[in-house]
Amino acid sequence: MSAAYAHCVARESDTDWGGVRLHVVTGKGGTGKTTIAGALALALATDGRRVLLIEVEGRQGIAQLFDVPPLDHNDRRIASAPGGGEVFGNALDSEEALLEFLDMFYNMRRAGSALQKMGAIDFATTIAPGVRDVLLTGKTKEAVRRKSGDAYVYDAVVMDAPPTGRITRFLNVNSEIGDLAKTGPIRSQADAVMAVIASPATAVHVVTLLEEMPVQETGDAITELIEAGLPVGAIIVNQVRIPLLTEAEQAQATDHAIDLAQLAIDLESVGITATDSILTALGNQAADHAERVALEERERIVIAALDRPTYELPLRPDGIDPGILYDLAESLRDQGVA
Amino acid sequence: MNNAHAVVPKSPVFDVDAMLGDMTVRIIVCCGAGGVGKTTTAAALAVRAAEQGRKVVVLTIDPARRLAQSLGLGHLDNEPRPVVGIDGSGSLDAMMLDMKRTFDEFVEAAADPERAAAILANPFYQSLSSSFAGTQEYMAMEKLGQLRSSAVVDNRWDLIVVDTPPSRSALDFLDAPRRLGSFLDGRFIRLLAAPAKAGGRAYMRVLSAGFGVFTSVLSKILGGQVLTDVQQFVASIDTLFGGFRERADETYAMLKADDTAFVVVTAPERDALREAAYFVERLDGDEMPLAGLVLNRVASTEGLSIDAATATSAAARLTALGADTSAAVLRIHAQLVATQDRQRRLAERFTSAHRHVPIAVVPTMPADVTDLADLRAIGQALADG
Repeated sequence: MSAAYAHCVARESDTDWGGVRLHVVTGKGGTGKTTIAGALALALATDGRRVLLIEVEGRQGIAQLFDVPPLDHNDRRIASAPGGGEVFGNALDSEEALLEFLDMFYNMRRAGSALQKMGAIDFATTIAPGVRDVLLTGKTKEAVRRKSGDAYVYDAVVMDAPPTGRITRFLNVNSEIGDLAKTGPIRSQADAVMAVIASPATAVHVVTLLEEMPVQETGDAITELIEAGLPVGAIIVNQVRIPLLTEAEQAQATDHAIDLAQLAIDLESVGITATDSILTALGNQAADHAERVALEERERIVIAALDRPTYELPLRPDGIDPGILYDLAESLRDQGVA
Repeated sequence: MNNAHAVVPKSPVFDVDAMLGDMTVRIIVCCGAGGVGKTTTAAALAVRAAEQGRKVVVLTIDPARRLAQSLGLGHLDNEPRPVVGIDGSGSLDAMMLDMKRTFDEFVEAAADPERAAAILANPFYQSLSSSFAGTQEYMAMEKLGQLRSSAVVDNRWDLIVVDTPPSRSALDFLDAPRRLGSFLDGRFIRLLAAPAKAGGRAYMRVLSAGFGVFTSVLSKILGGQVLTDVQQFVASIDTLFGGFRERADETYAMLKADDTAFVVVTAPERDALREAAYFVERLDGDEMPLAGLVLNRVASTEGLSIDAATATSAAARLTALGADTSAAVLRIHAQLVATQDRQRRLAERFTSAHRHVPIAVVPTMPADVTDLADLRAIGQALADG
């Protein structure tokens, strides 16, 4: 066995989500779920794999993240991953999906196009929003299952999904269209979608920050997902501060008990003249930092009680650009996500 | 002006106290993308206005649990309740919007009991009132209209502060009600409900060929029962409300009145600033009165002028000298400065295109809001600009 091959096999069994082919990424607005979905796609594509990254809300978040032209409903290569991997992007469009659906089941593509021009397709998906979700998850399922010969076209599919408040309803298409369509192709489509989404081949990951609201919504979403029988994946904690103070310093800073006289001497020794106002400001900044760290620690305990595999990604004070995405992807791999 | 305003050096300062003290301003609408601190800003403005003597009601939407508790809102009941602990001669009432309850009350007020019961039981109504995209915005507008009438009629309030729903886009607050209105009044729904009444014979002739295909496609996709539910719903509401669209247009017009002030809330992040820019441009285009922009969660260095590179290299030398605590303190400062530099670059994209928009900068608060004192502190930061 060659070394390279051994490496591949080892990785396959080493990762926490080896059997998962559909990674759904949700999180409260503002937690960076699109960034995490992008980093996860890169991580999964590393070492020669092909990964499809899908968005479903028409925001063009993926295009902005990877700094590429706007995406449409055709898969397009958007990035290469270390070791020859490739990431493709797709912005799913429910109207297009419905036209395909009409074409496939009723041979009605032309009538469908005419109705689209009249605004009727939009109307139909509006009076029954569940239909839109079935169509979007249906396209996702199709991408997961797509084959070329005997092999899957994509090794994994990552979905930048709706936020925590809407994720369970969005994924749980079966119950959503439950009363709507009891037979017919929409029902079969919903059943086929659930066969993938509610299976061990899917994992719904929740992105959070170490702040009260996102953590609270993470807990709520996990409870709802479990109740709906959907497979909960990991909790990914984004924008984690690198600890700058030791435990003892943390306590001192909190009590505003840092020795400012000593600080003044130290600063002087490296050529910084410290006025009283500078010293006070530095002391206050340390106290604020300590308070925030303590708050984050409390939220960490809440997250630990949720008892899910948890990964952390560091705060990047200078912001996110496509280069930093690769760092985040590497960090996810180091933690065993992919 | 506070030190944090240095993040937007060229922008004028948003004089929040002048807005709150202006008795001709009777409605303040806080808008912005989700996750930027809209609800907290609305609550802080309301507390500050009340403590300056105004009779205020704040309509919040989906507040964090502890923020709700800080206003004494233990549970949803869709009615304004007095907030305890307000200093001075003013008063503050607070409420959380219950979207479904508001819609139900709207139906109950408009229809006789039997008819109302029929509507409330209709499956299409139930999905419309609880999960429809746009219903929350429509109902927020509806509630605002109710609060305004009650403010005028019994002089209960002289200022209404409104938070807006956590939409994907800030523009949804302006657009969703009319979208829902025109959808409910739209030609397809009319055609479904009563084909013969919709728009006269000539119109029907043009449409009827397509209409057959339309209903057949809909039945296939949705199933016949949905169509029946929609038809019954539309038939039963038809005469009650004098048109959803008309109503949405009325509330929209209310927002253009002179006594309304819009506050756009944002954070120094790419997406949030882009949303804020869209919104500011839209207000301008629709001649709606923008009072100012609130830029939340800005890293404040308290005017300290040690730059990041100096602090970082000094920290490294102090570590080498064994002065670990002093080194750590400098690293905290360096991280703050780096964050502030990034925030300034991001904010510049907004400010360079919108030079005249006054901005109030609110520094990042180290902890979450848990009580009135926290809201007062945010109100003070808002007033400091």
